[in-house]
Amino acid sequence: MASRYIREFLASEAFKNAGREVSDVVPRVVKFLCCLQVTKTHLFTVTLSYGPSMLPTLGLAGNLCLAERISTRFDKLGVGDIVLVQSPEVPWKFMTKRLKAMEGQSVTYFVDPKNSDKSETIVVPKGHVWIEGDNIYESNDSRKFGPVPYGLLQGRVFWRIWPPKDFGSLAQNKGKDSVS
Amino acid sequence: MGTRSALWSFANKFFTCGVIGVYVSDRFVGVAPVRGSSMSPTLNPGTTSFMGLQIDDYVLVEKRCLQNYKFSHGDVVVFSSPSNHKDRHIKRITALPGEWIGTRHSYDVLKIPEGHCWVEGDNSSSSLDSRSFGPIPLGLVQGRVTYIAWPPQRIGAVEKRTSQDTISSS
Repeated sequence: MASRYIREFLASEAFKNAGREVSDVVPRVVKFLCCLQVTKTHLFTVTLSYGPSMLPTLGLAGNLCLAERISTRFDKLGVGDIVLVQSPEVPWKFMTKRLKAMEGQSVTYFVDPKNSDKSETIVVPKGHVWIEGDNIYESNDSRKFGPVPYGLLQGRVFWRIWPPKDFGSLAQNKGKDSVS
Repeated sequence: MGTRSALWSFANKFFTCGVIGVYVSDRFVGVAPVRGSSMSPTLNPGTTSFMGLQIDDYVLVEKRCLQNYKFSHGDVVVFSSPSNHKDRHIKRITALPGEWIGTRHSYDVLKIPEGHCWVEGDNSSSSLDSRSFGPIPLGLVQGRVTYIAWPPQRIGAVEKRTSQDTISSS
C-alpha cells in the first residue's frame, strides 16, 4: 500500500517540479557560499574582539568589527593601524592589536608598566612587525613574545559595526593616539 | 543580442569556475611549484630534465590540516618565510612545540616554544631553514605537501620521514 503511494508520488507532477526547483536552487546556493568564502578569505572579514587589551579603543564586551585583507596583501599597512593578528603561540587564535613599528624601525617599550618605569629599545628585524595593545597594563603582545612575522598579519580592522552606538570608522583614533 | 547573451553566459560560467577554483584551493587542495634544491632527494632531485632543461616538481598542497594545526614529525609543509612574507618555502618539520632540539653549529639545546615548530630542509648543505632563523610560528604554515603532481614520471606520494631517520642519516 505504502509503496504504491510512494510510486504515485514519485510520478506526480509536484515531485517533478520540486526536483526541478532543487536542481535550480542548489547550484545557486553553492555559488553564493563559495563567493562568501572567497570574499571572507581575500577581501573582507568580520571579527569579534573582546577582552581588556585594546581598552580605550575597543570595549571589554564583544565588538564586532570589519577587517579588510587587501592592505595586508599589498604592504599598505602603516604604524598606528589596528590589525588582526594570528597569535604566534596559539595558531588558531586571532588577536586585535595596534601596529607600533614596522621592520627596521626602533621601538621603545615599557617592560613591566605595572611595577616599574623600566623601558627598553629594540630594532624590529626584517620581515617582522611590533604589535601592542592600547591598554599596555593588560595586554599579551610583542612585549611578551617579541616581534611577530609579517605573515601572521591577517587584515586591518577599520570599521566597527557593533555595538550600534559606536558604528563607524576606527581610523579617527590614530591621530589622537600618536599625539598623546 | 544573441552574441551578447552568449558572452554574458560565458562570463558568468567563467566567474563561477574561478570562484569555485579559488575556494577549493583555499580550503582543500592547491598546487605549488618547488623551487631550488633545498629538499633535494625528496623534491627536485635534479634528475628530471626535458631537452636539457631542468623541470621543477609541482606538488599538491593539502589545506585541511589548517583547521586544527595538528602536524606530526616528518611532515613536509609550505610556509611563508618569517623574514619576507611574500616568499614561500617548503621544508620538513623536525620538531614540534615543547620538544628539545640540538643545533649543530652552536652545540646548544633549544626548547621549541609553544605554537612553534622547527623546520629543516632534506638537503642540509643548501637550505635556508630554522637553523638560520630559528623556530617558526605554526601560523605561518600554509599547507602540507602530500603528493608530487608533475612531471609524470615522478607522480607519487611524498613520504613522511621520522626524526630517527633524519638523525641517523645526518
